[in-house]
Amino acid sequence: MRRGLLLLPLVLFLLMLGFLFKGLYLDNKDLPSVLVGKQFPAFSLPSVQAGEPAVTEQDLLGQPSLVNVWATWCVACRVEHPVLNKLAADGVLIHGVNYKDDTESARAWLRDLHNPYQLNISDPKGLLGLDLGVYGAPETFFVDAQGVIRYKFIGVIDERVWESDLAARYQALVDEAQP
Amino acid sequence: MIRFLSVIALIFASFSALAAIDTYEFTSEEQRARFYYLSSELRCPKCQNQNIADSNAPIANDLRREIYRMLQEGRSNEEVVDFMVDRYGEFVRYRPALTAQTAVLWFAPAVFLIAGLLVLVVMLRRRQKVFKTAGEEHLSPEEQQRLKALLEKKPRND
Repeated sequence: MRRGLLLLPLVLFLLMLGFLFKGLYLDNKDLPSVLVGKQFPAFSLPSVQAGEPAVTEQDLLGQPSLVNVWATWCVACRVEHPVLNKLAADGVLIHGVNYKDDTESARAWLRDLHNPYQLNISDPKGLLGLDLGVYGAPETFFVDAQGVIRYKFIGVIDERVWESDLAARYQALVDEAQP
Repeated sequence: MIRFLSVIALIFASFSALAAIDTYEFTSEEQRARFYYLSSELRCPKCQNQNIADSNAPIANDLRREIYRMLQEGRSNEEVVDFMVDRYGEFVRYRPALTAQTAVLWFAPAVFLIAGLLVLVVMLRRRQKVFKTAGEEHLSPEEQQRLKALLEKKPRND
């Protein structure tokens, strides 16, 4: 019994060591979004495209969609763009939030690189971005048919991550919407 | 040489003091103080080991602007912090709120300290007891005599 007690500090120390060692490799870049499970924030913003009506959160209702936050200054968004084009061609409903960007450059981007977005929300001051807790681009929100944010993906959507994880999440929202 | 060194020192001094200062006009000293307090209490979501006062990331800039706007509107410190937590999560607080989840963070240091003190007290008590019993009981009267004789014996002066 007393021998066991002598070993106690060592055991505690080793436990702590294991704990800290694991902490070294924890990736805390991807913050869990507090908005998951909440209604998409209310907004009313113009469209990127000239002549189109303003967009509000009501326009997101009815069908599940991906809301992709992007900008022309965002290098990673350029990498992501062809993947979004392909997903849109496969029938995935994607809306774009043009975040803190110059509208002219955004239009040129959509013209030259193809427009995968159904709605093009223009957020030059980052106001919607702030309500969404965006801290970089690209970020993609999975919104269900009732307009509730169900998942947030931070970073570039590539084919690998779409196949392995995101496709199933999107499909689940689609299945849910069609009983 | 001294002049040169002092110029160098001045350069560094000015840099550290001027980290990310914006041109905001405050209506009172109290408001300015609250602005600096809040921007140093809140953590930048992008550059994770800086507060938003120190960071020059665009998002930190936006959040400072937002704090300023809310202070102009006359919001309280709690309202500003809650606004940020609602959007960016508990993560943005450098001083986490006291909840069931964070209780360990808040109380573990005190618990460790008390546990350590308890162990120390118990060990000292035990040691003292062993010492006393050794002195009183483990020597027979003859041994006590001998010990006394040895202790009183004058050291030899060689």
